[in-house]
Amino acid sequence: MTRQRPNYIAGVLTTFWLLIVLVPIYVLVKGAFQTQSNYIASGPLSLPKDLTTQNFHLVFQDGFARFFLNTGIITFAVVLIVIALVPPVAFAIVRNRSRTVTVAFRILLLGLAVPIQAVIVPIFYLISKAHLYDTLLAVILPTAAFSIPLSTIILTGNMRDITSEMYEAMALDGASSWRTFRSLVVPLSRGGIATITIFSALNGWNGFLFPLILTQSAHVEVFTLGLYDFTTANAVDAPAVCAAVVLSIIPILLVYLFARRWLIQGLMGVGGK
Amino acid sequence: MTTLANGGRTKSSGGLKVGRPSFLWSLPAITYFALFALVPLGVVAWLSFNSWDAIGSPKWVGTANWSAMFSDPIFIKSFKVTAILTTLGIVVQTPISMLLGVWAAGNQRNRAVLSVLYFIPLLLSAAAISVVWGQLLNPYFGFPHELHWLFGSALFNHGYLFSSPSTAIGVLTFVGMWQWTPFHTLIYQGGARGIPEVLYQAASIDGAGRIRQFFSITLPQLRNTMITSLVLMLVGGLTTFDSILILTQGQPGTSTTTTSYYMYEKAFQSFQFGEASVIGVVLAVVTVLISLIIVRASGWDKMRSTQEGV
Repeated sequence: MTRQRPNYIAGVLTTFWLLIVLVPIYVLVKGAFQTQSNYIASGPLSLPKDLTTQNFHLVFQDGFARFFLNTGIITFAVVLIVIALVPPVAFAIVRNRSRTVTVAFRILLLGLAVPIQAVIVPIFYLISKAHLYDTLLAVILPTAAFSIPLSTIILTGNMRDITSEMYEAMALDGASSWRTFRSLVVPLSRGGIATITIFSALNGWNGFLFPLILTQSAHVEVFTLGLYDFTTANAVDAPAVCAAVVLSIIPILLVYLFARRWLIQGLMGVGGK
Repeated sequence: MTTLANGGRTKSSGGLKVGRPSFLWSLPAITYFALFALVPLGVVAWLSFNSWDAIGSPKWVGTANWSAMFSDPIFIKSFKVTAILTTLGIVVQTPISMLLGVWAAGNQRNRAVLSVLYFIPLLLSAAAISVVWGQLLNPYFGFPHELHWLFGSALFNHGYLFSSPSTAIGVLTFVGMWQWTPFHTLIYQGGARGIPEVLYQAASIDGAGRIRQFFSITLPQLRNTMITSLVLMLVGGLTTFDSILILTQGQPGTSTTTTSYYMYEKAFQSFQFGEASVIGVVLAVVTVLISLIIVRASGWDKMRSTQEGV
């Protein structure tokens, strides 16, 4: 078939793109183990030489263990909220065709278009009024809220694959909506639930804007902010910055290695058919 | 064909009423989301008519903030900067992610291995990506210094990429591309997977070559995918923030001060929350309007399938 012929244009393009992606990652990982003088003298692209773990010591002295803990708590809480709220709303959207639910779905779709930036001032205002400023909860609540729209779209796409015959079988057994949800919908959309877990975990772990405007103390500082402050303070210490970035990526990379399939499949579904 | 499809739909949406969830199932998520997305939209509109410095209570000032902002040259210019950065982002990322996505949807043997590597940027925070590129493009110890033969030219401002308006915008476009192309590649990959193989088989029988197939089958079939990707790029472009704060702080001058970055400066550096709220309202209205126009114009909201008639 014509389609199976090697595609040279695609080959060149993908190789080129691979270089663009991999070169910075090479510099990052290698730089994290390089001495500062060596990095400056031999340049970012140089081969690894005189390796050291000194950079990681420096980073940990700067309170990165604390950032790990704070970011971990935020990530965990965001995932919990999303997992508790999204499967029920997705179930309602897929199986309840009433006007109310359609309106609810429209609101969520609108949420995709409303940028976080448009609401950071009022969220700052509301969080201050609620006396939550400078707490981890202040970051958790809006981060989870803005993970809901895309999570719902991913999960409804997933739940639409459950055939009506299966629902009818449940209904013939006289199953309530709660039993249908528990013993049919949840087990069959495990893949989608895995995807939204990873997606919301990424949002929690990588969030920057909400922590930036809603916290200020070191004891609630998260990784991304710590990274930013660390870079501002150590602008010329490139290897230490590399080490800090590498540390911030490791947990996410571990999750990616084990759950890559779910993340990729879920996001592929976003484009629809 | 149509009657058949309708017949099927009636059957699946009708059927037994038992076990169907009531609207109450959607209430917790919608309420929670509304509290943090819709209520703030109301509050930002109200704050835009108030003066507030984060310490006392907001004081009503009528339309003072609005007239102040619309006679602020930096605010007006920020629209141009935002439009340039957004357009560049779309123009650069769309062709690359479409080609990569269509390629990745095929059955090549090396695809699985490569796709693991391709999607690494997807995992990194915008903050980490910006910090890394800030180091890599540093004029004194980054690529511009090491690869002086390449970056030494006037085109790259002799290696001082962050010091001239055009190269600073170039840097932001490049970093945005590095960060977002994998995500859009995935969206296109998903779209391309959904194209029925029979269409290509039929085209092959008719003697259509690869390029002809791409333009006559792949591209039209990817219509809805393109719209989704475009809306996301547009909203993402209009709200680019992290990379600007970390890489350029809106400089040199105000040549990379986008509308959303200017709002951050107004609110959290000058503590003029009323004026910042004006920008917030404008941002929300513009993004929602543009998204609505695209969605309406394309019929995406009716969820029309590109596979109708197949």
